[in-house]
Amino acid sequence: MKILRATGMERCIGCYSCSLACARLVHKSISWKRAGIHIRSSGGLSTGFEARVCLACNPAPCARACPEGALKQKKGGGVVLRPEKCTGCGDCARACPVDAIYMDPELNQPVFCIHCGRCVEFCPHNCLEMVKIADGNDPGEKDGK
Amino acid sequence: MENNLFKILRVDLQSGDWERFELPGREKWLGGSGLSALLFERFAHFEKDPLHADQPLIFAVGPLTGSYPMMSKTVCGFFSPYHGQYAESHAGGRSALGLRFAGLDALVLTGRASSLSALTVGSRAPQIVDAHYLAGMDIFAAGKLLRKIKPVTPGHRSILRIGPAGEKQCSFACINVDTYRHFGRLGAGAVMGSKSLKAIIVSGDSHIDLPKDKDSRREYIRAYDDIHSTVTQTDAVTKYHDLGTAENLIPLNELGALPWRNLKQTRDPGIEGISGEKMADELLLRQTACAGCPVGCIHIGLLRQRFGPEHEFLYRQVAYDYEPIFAIGSMLGITGAGDVLTLIEDVERVGLDVISTGVALAWATEALEKGIVSVEETEVKLGFNRLDPYREAISLLAEKANRFYSLLSRGTMAAAHELGGEDFACVLGQEMAGYATGEAYYVSQALGFRHSHLDSGAYGFDQTEKGQDVEKAVDFMLEQENYRNILCSMCGCLFGRKAYSLQNIARACRALGMDTDEQSLRRAGKRIQAKRWELKLKSGFSPADISIPKRYLEVENFRGKTDPDYLGRLKKAYALEIERMAGESKD
Repeated sequence: MKILRATGMERCIGCYSCSLACARLVHKSISWKRAGIHIRSSGGLSTGFEARVCLACNPAPCARACPEGALKQKKGGGVVLRPEKCTGCGDCARACPVDAIYMDPELNQPVFCIHCGRCVEFCPHNCLEMVKIADGNDPGEKDGK
Repeated sequence: MENNLFKILRVDLQSGDWERFELPGREKWLGGSGLSALLFERFAHFEKDPLHADQPLIFAVGPLTGSYPMMSKTVCGFFSPYHGQYAESHAGGRSALGLRFAGLDALVLTGRASSLSALTVGSRAPQIVDAHYLAGMDIFAAGKLLRKIKPVTPGHRSILRIGPAGEKQCSFACINVDTYRHFGRLGAGAVMGSKSLKAIIVSGDSHIDLPKDKDSRREYIRAYDDIHSTVTQTDAVTKYHDLGTAENLIPLNELGALPWRNLKQTRDPGIEGISGEKMADELLLRQTACAGCPVGCIHIGLLRQRFGPEHEFLYRQVAYDYEPIFAIGSMLGITGAGDVLTLIEDVERVGLDVISTGVALAWATEALEKGIVSVEETEVKLGFNRLDPYREAISLLAEKANRFYSLLSRGTMAAAHELGGEDFACVLGQEMAGYATGEAYYVSQALGFRHSHLDSGAYGFDQTEKGQDVEKAVDFMLEQENYRNILCSMCGCLFGRKAYSLQNIARACRALGMDTDEQSLRRAGKRIQAKRWELKLKSGFSPADISIPKRYLEVENFRGKTDPDYLGRLKKAYALEIERMAGESKD
């Protein structure tokens, strides 16, 4: 199984191409928020950029926190949303240790990375990559090695 | 687009009243430059002072903003205190996506807040919040505090702010956008200052839906991918990432077309110290990008400064480009890369336009040399390549510290009219950009709508056309102006010209549901071009009366010496065309 890792964020130029690609290709929206990966500067642009993205926890605290069982643990890490069960309570977002779940006020549902990797090719500086992981959540060996 | 209507938010800073309304005319005015003109015509008071509270301050984005790469510019429209005319200034950064994702095509501000304030704008109700504690604060200190103002939406907001120069209403104060970009020219910062508005925080907290039906959606994704490939794979675009615009310093110097020491020279061996290569090799820290642009043309240099007797250092990150390096570097005879960054940083801090500041100080230096002004007036002993006096002069200028600096803060020619020295004031409508390339350029900046090298790119014409064909030169300028009007109404970056042919722009628009083609875009471009001229003339611009200072006649470059006859004929022909276009718009 592969997951998305933002391994080269020191190279990030803050263009938001990844967020925009995720919104466009996965969430059928034009947005820099309705996306599974969020880019932000911590304290202004002079400090560089960080990516807020799901780390594919296993077990995932967000799934545990969901009172409706709307987030299903994926084998190997990460979660899948069962939208019909979601009530939009936001417990999952609060439980995420890295603040990688965006509660979309218009959808009233969580938006998070599904590790599909479609954003990767839009990053002009190769900050993102799909990484092979073992069954646990050890990012372990990298793709192609 | 969902429909043909522009979505506008108007906020009156005096009363706090605001309204969101829709305005028809997308197919006619597109957005950006066109929309700004439409709104200016509606809200401006032509009989009142440019800094009157009732005048509008407009920020407009385009129909492709947020939806395609490099569509990252915002157009600011305002009554310029610099020349008393309708003006536009364009900036990158995050403001364009911020406005678009706040659900807006344009923000219009009128009125004057009762005390220094900040305005927050998003998809919800705008708020005017007290910011008296930011009074007099520089761009960087203010930025740090503004990031704490709610709603806090880091990563998805844009912070526009002015420095002391804007508060003091210097005629070429800028609006700083997200630290490294600016609505630089013609005094938008003074307009913000006149409204007692220290900052605008734009939260892009909403979204746009993709086209509903599958075929349209597929075409949008395909159009995006094609444009993205061109943007990321075409050398003509990607070159802006490598050395950036600073790569032009050595070539322009070699052509003898880089202004040095108030345009007394146009080439100098000192170029080695301030070239794009020197900057990149020794000081470039990283590149960064405007939101929605994968090119990453913003070059940030590392400025390391010793502040104590021991090994005590601080560091600053300073954005540089060709124009600031020319204006605050070669124009002031500065030959050290670190010194250039030091001065750029000083100008950033106070919130002045760097081109006008550099060119104004270059004139002041020569005026001092010639005894037209005295050290008592300048307070510091200005001299080419003297760093510290320039550092002090920048602060004095932003503060309008005495009569001399008050005059200079109104513009170099305004000061020269009072004090003398018009002949060597390097002013073409406003302080010149860094191209001493020849007659077409001088005319294009002196008469151009924005008085910018970007109006028609005529410095390129000077370099490729060796002859003196007036008709050809004017045709070139008008054609370029028309295309650039369209791209700037889309709010696309002019660095993306290779990716955005009219054909590609039309395709991109259609994929979003706009009913358009190349012909209708061209017609819209002409309409916008004419409207902008109409408004500029209505607000006082008289192209036939513009004079080009004597210093330009003394320039000798790769084309030889400036030919006053060709210059005069070109100026007359372009002025006639401008008047014709303005007349057509009124009809």
